[in-house]
Amino acid sequence: MILRFSVNEQPVEVDVLPMRRLLDTLREDLRLTGAKEGCGEGECGACTVLIDGRAVNSCLVPTIQVQGARVTTVEGLADGDTLHAVQQAFLKHGGAQCGICTPGFLVAAAELLARDPHPTRPAVREALAGNLCRCTGYQKIIDAVADALGHGEG
Amino acid sequence: MNRSPLGVVGEGVVRADGPAKVTGATLYVDDLRPEGCLYGATVRSRTAHARISNIRFDPAFDARGVTLVTARDIPGENVVELITRDQPALADGLVKHVAEPVALVAADTRERALEAARHVLFDETPLPPLFDPEVSRGHSIRLFGEENVYSHIVLKHGDSGALFAAPPQGAVLVEGTYTSGLQEQLYIEPQGMLVEPRPDGGLTVTGSMQCPYYVVDALKTVLGHDRFNVVQAATGGGFGGKEEYPSLVAIHASLLVLKTGRPVKVIYRRDEDLWATTKRHPARCRYRTLVDAATGKLLAQEADLLFDGGAYNTLSPVVNSRGVIHAFGPYVCAHTRAEALMVATNTPPNGAFRGFGAPQVQWAAERHMDRIARTLGMDPLAVRRANLYQDGDVTPTGQRLHDVGAQQVLDAALERATRPLPVSIARSRPGGGGHAARLAPGRGVAIAWHGCGFTGNGEARLMGKADVALEGERVVVYTSSTDIGQGTETIFPQIVAQTLGYPLERVCNAPHDTALVPDSGPTVASRTAMVVGRVVQRAAERLHHLLRTEVGADAPFAELVARRTSGTPLRAHAEYQDAGLQWDPKTYQGDAYPTYGWSCVVVDLDVDLDTGEVLYRRLVQATDVGKALNPVLCSGQLEGGALQALGYATCEEVVLDAQGGMRNNRLTNYIIPTSLDAPEMETVLIEIPFADGPFGAKGIGEIPHDVPHAAVAQAIEAATGAVLDRLPMTPERVVAALANDPGRAPR
Repeated sequence: MILRFSVNEQPVEVDVLPMRRLLDTLREDLRLTGAKEGCGEGECGACTVLIDGRAVNSCLVPTIQVQGARVTTVEGLADGDTLHAVQQAFLKHGGAQCGICTPGFLVAAAELLARDPHPTRPAVREALAGNLCRCTGYQKIIDAVADALGHGEG
Repeated sequence: MNRSPLGVVGEGVVRADGPAKVTGATLYVDDLRPEGCLYGATVRSRTAHARISNIRFDPAFDARGVTLVTARDIPGENVVELITRDQPALADGLVKHVAEPVALVAADTRERALEAARHVLFDETPLPPLFDPEVSRGHSIRLFGEENVYSHIVLKHGDSGALFAAPPQGAVLVEGTYTSGLQEQLYIEPQGMLVEPRPDGGLTVTGSMQCPYYVVDALKTVLGHDRFNVVQAATGGGFGGKEEYPSLVAIHASLLVLKTGRPVKVIYRRDEDLWATTKRHPARCRYRTLVDAATGKLLAQEADLLFDGGAYNTLSPVVNSRGVIHAFGPYVCAHTRAEALMVATNTPPNGAFRGFGAPQVQWAAERHMDRIARTLGMDPLAVRRANLYQDGDVTPTGQRLHDVGAQQVLDAALERATRPLPVSIARSRPGGGGHAARLAPGRGVAIAWHGCGFTGNGEARLMGKADVALEGERVVVYTSSTDIGQGTETIFPQIVAQTLGYPLERVCNAPHDTALVPDSGPTVASRTAMVVGRVVQRAAERLHHLLRTEVGADAPFAELVARRTSGTPLRAHAEYQDAGLQWDPKTYQGDAYPTYGWSCVVVDLDVDLDTGEVLYRRLVQATDVGKALNPVLCSGQLEGGALQALGYATCEEVVLDAQGGMRNNRLTNYIIPTSLDAPEMETVLIEIPFADGPFGAKGIGEIPHDVPHAAVAQAIEAATGAVLDRLPMTPERVVAALANDPGRAPR
């Protein structure tokens, strides 16, 4: 089935089964491998992308559901060579270690930035609770997001 | 030491692989998809112990386009090369645990491969299994050797027997048993490997791994040749789980390539990864101690340690060894005896996991110190202070300690914990039961030591190698020490830049491809920064020397590079240099490790008296790291390790089914901490330099996982009086312990 939507502001057209996981459509058909598969059942958040600005686990979304929608992946966060405030803050604070969960955290954090530019620290923890990280203990991720939101352009 | 004014070492410079990781550009193995790539899947046993035969496709299944591989397709020896040669690459007639690889399939899509794997049949004739390590030793069901024992070590120092036989006046006997369960490493990227045929008939093996040369050794045995190279792809976490296990995945993908002639990718699903791969060894630790009632001084101690190794040996003897050496924690005692047994059972093999035996025994050692304190009516901290190691003290292996940071880390952690949380991170959080919750606050303190590097003569046997080369204006570091998140891509260039006084942006690591890099030894055992980092530093010094000779002048490195006329790469090599360590593997006496790291952790938590849930508030750790080469990466390691230990403490439990297989093999029911579960963490870096580490650095990768779980138990006891000596301390077990206390019993 031909499905049309936009990914990172670019219109795309794919011919896939309507129930194909959005994660597979992005990774296999569109070769956007930033979103990762950590569990395939919506627990780890490594596959987080935005649909019309809302964070979702793309392993749980059938591709037909994004027909006509705007999809944003980690590859679309930066503005050309200028990193998103959250990406810059991750570099500065050491929010990425092995990096496999990083795309999902960045996308979830970017959503938080867009909807609440000055959240409390508990709100940051709450917003990122759907993303699992095994390397950092979350401390530097929370530091990074709090810093990006506090001082970033958001 | 060759210090330069640049000050690169000690700076929290941005990690070299950071920009690619935050933009999604980094390629992990599952992101690679060469032309014509097939997908592999593994057929596994469902019985703990059985004879198997007649492997075949279900006749009703249309197997066109699917390739089936069994043990018969192995060109070399059917063995996973490791300490002993007991584990087959594919089961041949016999399976010894659930999830054991029996056959492999390849097909042109992942879905088709998984479907085909479900349609491979084989006959299983069950044999009686052994699941209980307590009964496995010497049992008539033979799993390994004569006795089902992978390793048996007795470590004696002084004469504990004489003291226990005739206790001195004022001595009190304290006895206790402490247990811990399986724990999953839970790297977020599952195991995966991509193997491609090379034009010369060889193979290129690319994947998620800690130790490329382990994979080399394993493939040589199975393939019967060495026409292949092994390349580490960006690796999404390891924690020991990608030390030895990737050898098996690489073997499987390679066998499928041999039979199909096409590239093959094998990526584990999460449920498969949890079901099949190695975990932390369960342990049962029995301690008895004679302690002076007046002073709290330890007079004599004996420990009886039992580990469950699972169905194959893997690295279990080394876990047993590290366990027995660390058995009594960071406390001096003149008369000790520790006996450690690693036994075989019909559960999936256990293997490397951050800490490698130390988190189990130091859980026991710290809980035992609390028991001693309880018995004597002393403060738990006072008992620890009375016995804490100092410079010049002698360990159970007879090693005289130097650069001991035990006292400093304790003082530093307690001092930091008395301060209020910094305003920037202070927060309030509702307790588990909302406003009506009955919460009991408690604080716990625990102290760890951890031997850095391989045990005894291990480093001298490994002879870790590194090259540093000048290529144009770039300096390239060649090692097999991988970056699995801990920061090797950043730290080695920092060491080299500092040593040469050369700009950091002109120094980088070479890809970890065995066609390019020497064998630096495995990326394990808190050894990469300290041991390999020192070899890298010496290779850099040698490169400077080579360049001086070539240019014919004695000048700073950067100046010599500018004056150089030749364009050919200049490459310097260095190997591990033994600093005169003495070790006798027969008696287990001598210098067990080049040096030790020291750490103290203070945990503040609330216990929900009705649900038994533990709510973490704050975790302070002070750790002697020798020298923080990169404080951001260093503290990041320590914080991640501490949270892994908090998961071990209260929420991570592997539940086994009747066949010894993991029943909760999903992320919905094997629970690791989220950002809401994690406490705010503060990390104090103490620097007591190790003379033979690069710029004084000690190993830090494992020590943060050694005792936070013990601090949690002490905090629960402080909060509620409940004594828990079994890990994990799930809400159910906390509630059961509280039920003994009418005042605190759940409503």
